[in-house]
Amino acid sequence: MQITLNNKIEVFPNETLTIKEILELKKFTYPKLIVKLNDVIIEKEDFDSTFVKEGDNLMILHLLAGG
Amino acid sequence: MKNVHELKAKEKKLTEWSYVWHPIERGYNNRTLYVNVGTLEIKEKPVSQQMKEKFVGGKGFGLRLLWDATTPTTKWNDPENEIIISPGPIGGITQYSGAGKSLVVSLSPQTDSVMDSNVGGFFGPFMKFAGFDALEIQGKSDKDIIIYIDAINHKVEIFEDPGFSTDSHILGEELTEYFANDPKEAKNIGIVSTGAAADNSLIGMLNFTFWDVKRKKIRLKQAGRGGIGTVFRDKKIKAIVAKIDGVKPNLNNVADMEKITVPGRDYAKEMAEYDDIQNQMRKKGTANIVNVMSDYDLLPTHNFKFGSHKDAYKIHSDILRDKYFTQGINDACWIGCAMQCAKGVDDFIPKTGPYKGQKVIVDGPEYETAAGLGANLGIFDYDAIIEQNFYCDTYGICTITWGTIVAFLMECYENGIINKEITGGLELNFGNIPAALELLHQCASGEGFGKIAGMGVRKIKQYLIENYNADPNFLNDIAMENKGLEYSQYVSKESLAQQGGYAMTNKGPQHDEAWLIFMDMVNNQIPTFENKADALHWFPMFRTWFGLQGLCKIVWNDIIPPDNKFEKEPHKIPKHVRNYLSVWEGVTGIPMTEEELIRQSERVYNFQRIFNIRRGYGLRKHDAQPYRAAGPVTVEEYESRAERYDGQLKELIGVNPEGKTTEEKIKILRKYREEQYEKLLDAVYERRGWNKNGVPTIEHLKKIGMDLPELIEVVAPLQ
Repeated sequence: MQITLNNKIEVFPNETLTIKEILELKKFTYPKLIVKLNDVIIEKEDFDSTFVKEGDNLMILHLLAGG
Repeated sequence: MKNVHELKAKEKKLTEWSYVWHPIERGYNNRTLYVNVGTLEIKEKPVSQQMKEKFVGGKGFGLRLLWDATTPTTKWNDPENEIIISPGPIGGITQYSGAGKSLVVSLSPQTDSVMDSNVGGFFGPFMKFAGFDALEIQGKSDKDIIIYIDAINHKVEIFEDPGFSTDSHILGEELTEYFANDPKEAKNIGIVSTGAAADNSLIGMLNFTFWDVKRKKIRLKQAGRGGIGTVFRDKKIKAIVAKIDGVKPNLNNVADMEKITVPGRDYAKEMAEYDDIQNQMRKKGTANIVNVMSDYDLLPTHNFKFGSHKDAYKIHSDILRDKYFTQGINDACWIGCAMQCAKGVDDFIPKTGPYKGQKVIVDGPEYETAAGLGANLGIFDYDAIIEQNFYCDTYGICTITWGTIVAFLMECYENGIINKEITGGLELNFGNIPAALELLHQCASGEGFGKIAGMGVRKIKQYLIENYNADPNFLNDIAMENKGLEYSQYVSKESLAQQGGYAMTNKGPQHDEAWLIFMDMVNNQIPTFENKADALHWFPMFRTWFGLQGLCKIVWNDIIPPDNKFEKEPHKIPKHVRNYLSVWEGVTGIPMTEEELIRQSERVYNFQRIFNIRRGYGLRKHDAQPYRAAGPVTVEEYESRAERYDGQLKELIGVNPEGKTTEEKIKILRKYREEQYEKLLDAVYERRGWNKNGVPTIEHLKKIGMDLPELIEVVAPLQ
């Protein structure tokens, strides 16, 4: 599938993936994230039950760090 | 430890000055303390209304006082140079987290320009409670001295060092026992000191103590950057001590306590509820991001060549939490801070050096220390990292600076630029723990190749070029310094905004002005030059504000409120920004907006830029970065991430990488990245109200209320 991830085109070999799977594939291990799928906020407890499909717009915003 | 009774018997007071104490008024004492350690003059100076309006406090006061005390040609070791310590108007409150910071300002032996370094611990607030908004130290003593601010008897004394130990972890204990009439008074004593390395290098730092009530030991926080510890010892100051009669709830006599306590309690609740599922600051401190940085290819490895390493799992932050850091203890470096991130390793036993075999407490490692003394040196062993951390602290060496110096030397060694003959037998390969520790001990004692290391990266680079015919182009590419200060520990190659966040800083590349890597590289939130310029305006200005107030930046964004995701600009953590507006008004009684907050910082930020210009720096050419900060210098680096770089050649530059040698591809990528950086400078300068040469325009200075005659005189010829 081809999706827009953080304003960039991203292609995955799978037809669909959960948000949790995308986080794992991208090695997005930072804990302070805001996830929006097609402009809808997805709560952390729903990451493994929310599926991303062809054409979706996924935002995974990493909040600031660094003192 | 020395016998304190014997030391007291030898005490020789050189001078004493008494003052009339009066309560702080809404965060300000409205006077500063001037101490000349050469002439032994001690006096107070009034703080004018204009000083408060234009410079606020903290770094602002430090810069103003230093400007007035020095000329454009004053050198770091001239008697005229000063060390100024100032917390700021909010500093010392205990009802909102992270309010115990001080800013230390001086002319740096490393950069030959203005340095500022922020630090926690007790001294800053105690000095303020003693009656002064800043301590200004000038002159040079001809003998080792102690400066003692006695807030109980309202006296300032200078006396000869009767023979205290030199290194901070012992000196702090001795001074605490010396000044505490009984053990209960230990919590009322704040100390500034350094260590042996400050006598023998240009990279000395300052330790500020805080008394750990639970452990009944002194702890150390560091004003690390830029060699201010070296200035301290050049003035022959052994320590500065402030003693008060106790911290009470409202020593700042704030205007409206509820405006502080309401957000303060709310913030503490956030920490209690969410820290464990967010960063675990209370369990891991700032080192919680070691593994995160490795996952995102941002953990500096082998002198910033790479952002990760196959052995990085060996320094995962879980190991610090589970094996090293003492848990279940309040590790706040100032009273009332709910973040409690000043983690410590108890009963650590060094395997080398003068304290070999002794049980010591180690403050940290924080993230920068773990990255700088670990991955960047190819060392993936916490025992070795913690031992270096301990010795850096007690010797008075900044761990960030030292990590970047040793990483540079190791790359030079592996490239044959230096060898065993030059290093005195040290095999400075990446990962060589005994060699890294030996170099550290040599630096502290001013012996062997450690003496060279203690000059800092810029001067080492010049030394190698002049004495060993080293290739200046290669050294300039891999020497991770800008303005003479060593980079702190993040890989900025894939974030153009962070490249600016480092190299456009006023004092040199420290992440305390801006940390934009996630916004830029991962989130792709600031794709255009205009976006990046906006970020490189707002974030450095917002972060500057903490250093004017006596506040800790970590508290702002290292815990996220649950409803932050619904905010329009969630990356600014707007609820916490609103907290700060309330806390400011609560302390001073003056309403504050986000716009005015940024404006307060802009005034001081531009003043510091012009201070640099006054000293012959602060122009566009001084914002240049080493290419290692922007892209792959070597074939090894390029080929380690060839897929990424080849992709960029195709997608960003429109060049087909096929059939090209790696050297050819490096050249093309470099040209592109260097052009991007120049465009970034243009965009940011315009956003900041500066001309193409990085000089604040007179029009902009008028707009922000900083068209002071002395500033106009400096910038007018450069318009």
